[in-house]
Amino acid sequence: MANKRKSANHYVAPFDEKSVDVIDAVRVDDKVSNLWLDAWRDMRRRPMFYISGVLILLVTLVALFPTLFTQVPPDLDCQLSNSNGPPAPGHILGYTKQGCDIFSRIVHGTSTSLSVGVIVVVMTTILGIFFGAIAGFYGRWVDAVLSRVGDIFFSIPYILAAVVVMSVFSAYRNVFIISLAIGIFAWPSTARVLRAEILRVKNSDFVMAATAIGVSRFRILMRHVMPNSLAPVIVVTTMSLAAAIVAEATLSFLGVGLPTTFMSWGNDISQAQSDLRTAPQALIYPSIALSITVLAFIMMGEVIRDALDPKERATR
Amino acid sequence: MLGYTIRRVLQAVPVFFGTTLLIYFMVFAMPGDPIVALFGDRGVNEAVAEQLRARYHLDQPFFIQYFIYIGGVFQGDFGTSFSGQPVSEILASTFPVTIRLALLALLIEMVIGIGVGLIAGLRKGKIFDATALVVSLIFISLPIFVIAFVAQFTIALKLGWARATVSGGAPWEELILPAVVLATISVAYIIRLTRASVIETSQTDFVRTAYSKGLSRPRVVRVHILRNSLIPVVTFLAVDFGVLLVGATVTEGIFNVPGVGRTLYQAIIRGEGPTVVSFVTVMVLIYLVVNLIVDLLYAALDPRIRYGK
Repeated sequence: MANKRKSANHYVAPFDEKSVDVIDAVRVDDKVSNLWLDAWRDMRRRPMFYISGVLILLVTLVALFPTLFTQVPPDLDCQLSNSNGPPAPGHILGYTKQGCDIFSRIVHGTSTSLSVGVIVVVMTTILGIFFGAIAGFYGRWVDAVLSRVGDIFFSIPYILAAVVVMSVFSAYRNVFIISLAIGIFAWPSTARVLRAEILRVKNSDFVMAATAIGVSRFRILMRHVMPNSLAPVIVVTTMSLAAAIVAEATLSFLGVGLPTTFMSWGNDISQAQSDLRTAPQALIYPSIALSITVLAFIMMGEVIRDALDPKERATR
Repeated sequence: MLGYTIRRVLQAVPVFFGTTLLIYFMVFAMPGDPIVALFGDRGVNEAVAEQLRARYHLDQPFFIQYFIYIGGVFQGDFGTSFSGQPVSEILASTFPVTIRLALLALLIEMVIGIGVGLIAGLRKGKIFDATALVVSLIFISLPIFVIAFVAQFTIALKLGWARATVSGGAPWEELILPAVVLATISVAYIIRLTRASVIETSQTDFVRTAYSKGLSRPRVVRVHILRNSLIPVVTFLAVDFGVLLVGATVTEGIFNVPGVGRTLYQAIIRGEGPTVVSFVTVMVLIYLVVNLIVDLLYAALDPRIRYGK
């Protein structure tokens, strides 16, 4: 109902008269909407979500059940007569310098990359949540001490740090040790993100309300602050899974990663580099597998971040 | 500003001691006796071994060793490589090459990253923008050694536009290909950063004001949008310079660039633990100092930083 009163020379804005009961009416059957539901709805609208989702599923499947994808053993009955050979029936990508089937080596190397990624992410998430949450929530000297500890690990570029750790543990190189070497220097980024988010959340009204009714500090942290601060952590986690896979491949490539007896894309790339001129296939195919896996996780991270961050959504 | 400087430098002190102590501790935990390793297959001459242990302070307890080392660092003595050459001497001969490579990479990052990012941001949602986003995402996910090998294989070996490896003196023109490889991942980040920043700035009130008072589009873009969008990009570039200085190990190794990174790469390949560690320590120190300088510069440029918490 617009008010039509108009004087001769003054413009009067139309007056929107909404009755109080209309404003107060709550539609009970409205769809519940919260950050996670909104994000989920937003994600499903993007083609990148499906592409990366399918790729991640495929990579996981290959890592768990490599024998579903190839019957050729990756390191047994390699014939040196096939050294750097071209593709043959049943060996679609050709042979490595040792005469092993490239496709089979790629398939069997998947679980190495993926398990390093997963172990590192579990480690960084536990350490990051512990340090970040306590530093952010308790503040003061606790924050100062924990943040400096984080700074120490953060300021060593983590490939360099992992090189040192792996040189120290040169006798015991395995998937777990290499994940430890990467993870122990990668957690500060998770901690920093969570700390910043908790600093933002802990001044919210609902936290104050919980304090006012006498909820304990620890319970406020676990029940009210943490669930509202986890969104950026999920993004960092997805991205650091990709980074960990790259780090493992880089370390193996440098020769301080997994021993050459392990099936690892980094090792295969490293071993193929001297024959780049004559037999590029032994280097190119594992590289492609590595890049696609990393790309899948980075894409998933992007999609999740865009969905969880309305500000990012505006610039898309 | 003075207060901020003091606070920031004081913050760097525990980090400095923490990082060096951490690395030193890891070396201390390294299995095997380095002196015994020096003798190789020949038997150990105990008298010589004792003398060497005393010379390298290996007979001292852990903390004494650490403080002797730190004392040396403050006097410019970073230890000795396994071949007997002082690390500071190796640094003096290799660091200039690494600096040149990093500068070249930084230049490429600025020109391509900001240029593409600006165009993409101004044409948000158009085909150029979409392509830039997809391509940059792909580059972000390519490990640097994959990029290096692909570049070496196609550009150097197949097309013959550049040398596959850099020759002794590392002339500028031969550094271009390694610099491009070194820059690619950062370029991708800068494109995305610039783009997001340009889009954000374009929606501000002062840009709308600039248009409405009749300024031409090129002028608004140059003076109002670009300048204000560059603040986060400049920070990224500054921090990235530190990363480029210490992170060129793989690239320098593959292209045989005679810089610090290659020296480290070769020490890793040969399994010379102590040399690796002294180089890593030096690189971490360089990285810390560069970051400190960046933070101070940033606070000088942007008053919000030093007053805010």
